[in-house]
Amino acid sequence: MNFLPVILWTDALIFLLLAVGLGSAWWIRRQPHLLLPWRRVAQSRVGMVSLLVLALFVTVGLLDSLHYRAALPEKSDGQTVYAPEVLSVFDHLATGLRTHTEKTYSAPLAVYLYAKESIELPDGRVTRDYPRLKYGGAQLADPPRDWLGDVVRRALTGAAAGLLVVLLLAAGSARLFPALRRSPPLFAVFVAALLIAAAGGAVADLARAYHVLGTDKVGQDVLYLSLKSIRTGLVIGTVTTLVMLPFALLLGIAAGYFRGWVDDAIQYLYTVLSSIPSVLLIAAAVLMMQVLVETHADWFQTSAARADVRLLALCLILGVTSWTGLCRLLRGETLKLRELEYIQAAQAFGVSSLRIIARHIVPNVMHIVLISVVMDFSSLVLAEAVLSYIGVGVDPTTNSFGNMINAARLEMGRDPMVWWSLAAAFGFMLLLVLAANLFADVVRDAFDPRLNRMEAA
Amino acid sequence: MIAYLIRRMLYAIPILIGVNLLTFALFFVVNTPDDMARLQLGIKRVTPEAIAHWKQQHGYDKPLLYNAQAQGAEKLTDTIFFDKSASMFAFDFGYSDDGRSISREIVTRMGPSLSIALPTFIIGLVVYVSFALLMTLFRATALDIAGVALCVLLMSISGLFYIIGGQFLVSKLWHWVPISGYGDGLDSIKFVLLPIAIGIAGSVGASSRWYRTIFIEEIGKDYVRTARAKGVSELGVLFRHVLKNALIPILTGVVVVIPLLFMGSLLTESFFGIPGLGSYTIDAINAQDFSIVRAMVFLGSVLYIVGLILTDISYTVVDPRVRLS
Repeated sequence: MNFLPVILWTDALIFLLLAVGLGSAWWIRRQPHLLLPWRRVAQSRVGMVSLLVLALFVTVGLLDSLHYRAALPEKSDGQTVYAPEVLSVFDHLATGLRTHTEKTYSAPLAVYLYAKESIELPDGRVTRDYPRLKYGGAQLADPPRDWLGDVVRRALTGAAAGLLVVLLLAAGSARLFPALRRSPPLFAVFVAALLIAAAGGAVADLARAYHVLGTDKVGQDVLYLSLKSIRTGLVIGTVTTLVMLPFALLLGIAAGYFRGWVDDAIQYLYTVLSSIPSVLLIAAAVLMMQVLVETHADWFQTSAARADVRLLALCLILGVTSWTGLCRLLRGETLKLRELEYIQAAQAFGVSSLRIIARHIVPNVMHIVLISVVMDFSSLVLAEAVLSYIGVGVDPTTNSFGNMINAARLEMGRDPMVWWSLAAAFGFMLLLVLAANLFADVVRDAFDPRLNRMEAA
Repeated sequence: MIAYLIRRMLYAIPILIGVNLLTFALFFVVNTPDDMARLQLGIKRVTPEAIAHWKQQHGYDKPLLYNAQAQGAEKLTDTIFFDKSASMFAFDFGYSDDGRSISREIVTRMGPSLSIALPTFIIGLVVYVSFALLMTLFRATALDIAGVALCVLLMSISGLFYIIGGQFLVSKLWHWVPISGYGDGLDSIKFVLLPIAIGIAGSVGASSRWYRTIFIEEIGKDYVRTARAKGVSELGVLFRHVLKNALIPILTGVVVVIPLLFMGSLLTESFFGIPGLGSYTIDAINAQDFSIVRAMVFLGSVLYIVGLILTDISYTVVDPRVRLS
């Protein structure tokens, strides 16, 4: 084998989440009453387009979650030695972006470096000028003349190729075209897919010869860094939820169902937790976790494993500090539900509490859980950036939007300004959060029983 | 009402004890004073003597919870828990790592924090509610839809972007106000204008949308139909009936943060170099000065509980049906 699979903690959790998601989708498909609200989501143009965008982000994140260590060139004794560097399938696909590092900053699509350097001319004299980039536009013979034509040509061919791929895929399923005319959401998704494919194709083709979003201080491609940051954002947005859900569900329902001292104890617990300002609690916990990791450096084999454990710990901390809101909602809803006739009847028939909770209460609070999970996702992605800025976020070596912003923030003062890392991080984050927010709205509208359907229709 | 308030304050004590125990466990049990000393002195090549000296200097050379060697009541009082955690109930926060009194720092830094947080809060509330009322007035029209879309867009932008973008545009490009800093008295106005504006812009999206939802829910109720049937104008309905009735859900979210305004904002203050409590906290986090972080956690919880009590009181003010008992 010329590679060694590496399963980091967060990878395992991400794929566990994926399995849970697919499993529940398969189950819901066969339950007409559960399928109904999802059909309403599918009827929404905004919902479907934002779902498409989210799906693209998730794809990048999943590819970036399959980690491995490549084998080093074989030594004489026949033993395979693996590189210390942990790579992902996404890294492999983007090898060009990853390895084409320049010396320092360069602007988007630039051919020359950002800073002047001493260059030795062929006749032996030395001048100070902007040197050519090692990779960006290296194929151009005379940049001032050829640059614009080359960029436009590549963008157009890339866009055309992207469009062609989507159209071919669409032509593959013969039923699609009549369906497009009948279903507005499907049509919207189709148009969005065409636009995204065109833009993606153009970027992909340009990225083969240029740094589309420039390079950062140590010459890494900003596009690559931004795409790598997606995984961190997704992990924080989803794994945190996974951590939070058991607490909120178990404690919230128990408090509402059993009342009495159970309720008092749980209420005390969440009042204590929620009375500490969340940023401070997170900061305190992360500080402690950092000290723990720093004093036990021998726990981790690779730096990727250490960074990953810190990411996981951040999710744990965020989860432990953020379950109180949902817990309170679930407690209130359970208090209401347990007074309803069908639950009283179940109790009168002697059905055990555990069974009542599992069969009658949990299914009836699931819409609250789902709504709050999708609503929390975007705020968690945004929180990561802020926490990383404060210094209590992810490991400094992890690619994340927060770390990108943090690194780029100090370069605003340079002249000419280095704006591209900042713009890329904010742009990608905006796209992800906006899609998540729009999708969350559609999900909430579809699942909220308080909304009057007649009016909404 | 007085009896109710006293009872609420008594309820606060077990919660504060819980907060205290939690932070104590977080700061001293997960990481022993030995770990802290090692971190402060540098992890490598630390002699046990240096650690012992550091602990003695900072008062960490006692048992955590129970001192078996001491006499009588001192078994419990001559411990780290009593010195560092229990003393916070008397608002005695002790000294930071650089030897300054934390309580004094908190008092002097409250002013600058408030000079930004208070105007942001008041002007912000007016702006958010007005915007939400405007959207409600034009509900289900293109203006409303555009307003909601704008809100969703604004709330999807990272708070860091507002600060960095605002600083760049207003201070660096247009040179309207200084980039960062703080002055005394009236001199401070030019420093606080931009943070206030950015603070308002940063949460206009989420807040206005939330208030709009509240107003829209109110406007569907029967009393609004009755008012319209009596011939009250749409503006009259909105201001005299809907706004008043929507105050309860609005107050629930708003009053609780008023005491927390003292704490300032971590991000804004550190970006604009305001010497308030927010930047104090963030500096402490970066310097890993746990005494300050612990003090701020405790102070924050106290203020939050005060906020909850204030919320209850505010209900009786806006809704005569609510009686506190």
